[in-house]
Amino acid sequence: MYSLHKRGTSGLNGKPLVSIISAGMSKFGKREGLLARELFAEAVSEAFNRCPKLQPKQDIKAMFIGHMGEAYEHQGHTGSTLADWAGLTGIPATRTEAACGSSGVALCSGIYAVLSGLADMVVVGGVEKMTHRTTAEVTEYLAMAADFPFEQFHGITFPGLFAMMATAHMHTYGTTEQQFGKVAVKNHHHGSLNPKAHMQKEITLETVMASKYVAWPLKLYDCSLISDGASCIIITKPELANKYTEEPVHIIGSGQATDVIGLYERESLTSLKSTKLASKVAYEMANIKPDQVNLAEVHDCFTIAELIAYEDLGFCKVGESGKIVESGATTLGGRIPVNTSGGLKAKGHPVGATGTAQAYEMYLQLTDQAGKRQVKDAQVGLSHNIGGSGATAAVHIYRRDQ
Amino acid sequence: MSIVEPFTIEQFYKFLQQGKLMAGKCLKCGKIHLPPRTLCSSCHSNEFNWIQVSGKGRLLTYTVINVAPQQFQALTPYAVGIVEMIGGLKIPGMIQDIKQEQLKIGMELTLDFGTCTNPEHWPQWSRYCFKS
Repeated sequence: MYSLHKRGTSGLNGKPLVSIISAGMSKFGKREGLLARELFAEAVSEAFNRCPKLQPKQDIKAMFIGHMGEAYEHQGHTGSTLADWAGLTGIPATRTEAACGSSGVALCSGIYAVLSGLADMVVVGGVEKMTHRTTAEVTEYLAMAADFPFEQFHGITFPGLFAMMATAHMHTYGTTEQQFGKVAVKNHHHGSLNPKAHMQKEITLETVMASKYVAWPLKLYDCSLISDGASCIIITKPELANKYTEEPVHIIGSGQATDVIGLYERESLTSLKSTKLASKVAYEMANIKPDQVNLAEVHDCFTIAELIAYEDLGFCKVGESGKIVESGATTLGGRIPVNTSGGLKAKGHPVGATGTAQAYEMYLQLTDQAGKRQVKDAQVGLSHNIGGSGATAAVHIYRRDQ
Repeated sequence: MSIVEPFTIEQFYKFLQQGKLMAGKCLKCGKIHLPPRTLCSSCHSNEFNWIQVSGKGRLLTYTVINVAPQQFQALTPYAVGIVEMIGGLKIPGMIQDIKQEQLKIGMELTLDFGTCTNPEHWPQWSRYCFKS
């Protein structure tokens, strides 16, 4: 396993912005018969039970919830609905929507709330219920996160947008379909170690390569899963954290950024400016450099997205992400394990729940509760959540309590 | 005094139906917007001129879509790409009448106004495509 000593911890002096005192996540997958609110209750219940000293009705002052689509369940007004089903009616509950980045953005908003001093204990979470819809319907709903007048209107789907980035990456850097496939194989390996993952079985590169094209050059196994699920974390002021738990996890950097909505207007087709902007802010706030990050959960909605994230987050040089995944550096046991939860690829991608599900994994890893997929001696983690084809990015940096 | 058409996306599509690819040029900073905008993203001016852009460009990137929403399922597999027009402006769209094996980054494509059709439901804009 990977050793911290080689990396050093000098410079880890980013002051905690907020502290996570508990976290919960529903099982991800095809959760037949359950509505979004019921999945959310499952996540919240776990978070409450993990923290016996917490008195939810007295202590929790606000809720921020990521949720992408009303279309799935014909249910809008998500903030209040979920506060209701979480047994927290009365508190301000705000739904944030940034497509697949909805709960990463909810986390940024929750941090604003705690740091403002107006709410010292906040539930931040997300939820999506998707699997009761047909693939065509989900494809249509997800495409709503793109630029309607020029993307959806011309039949450009979500996989289509990332496929165009993949084509450009292959053309510019020589990245291969096999390298994309390696991301899928790695994340399914990690997912096989996560009892809450949607898919808990290993796959081979041959399986990936033999799967059908969804949008060339991306195949079925390059795409994340359509899943049901919910997740949440409970954050508070760092000085209050020890009242509730002996093992808080601190968030020491938080960055959220935007870019133009249409992929066609971006400065680059092989890099996301929003990720670069958000991570720059988060790294500076945390006083951390990319090589001090011990593990990361990145937004692998498609395998190419994980490779681009390595480059934009500074985990490798531009153009070398394909080689990095092949080297095993981002596999459990490697230099910087990425998506130990299985990622969106294997753990599943109930879009609104993804950002805080990444935070949930960070909470488990940095409190040594990640079971078979535990990264040994991890001190610093990073989560990276994007919305749509990257017009939103939210990056957070976490540190173990010292 | 002549009436200047509003610098809207709807107007952009109306021009396409007339066989013209039109962009908005900011009168203050000179930035050209394709599609047009009502507020310049560079300098926040709201004064523009329409300028006609050549329908010729080169393919920057592409994909071939096999899984599509209901509305486009009958067309699968279909190619879409982002095309950089002469002058550097970029727009996406479907690419028709070219086999997948023949698609190549850098190939020359032309916006085909003849393929513009108006959908039955909102938005009733002319859907253009690219051909070689």
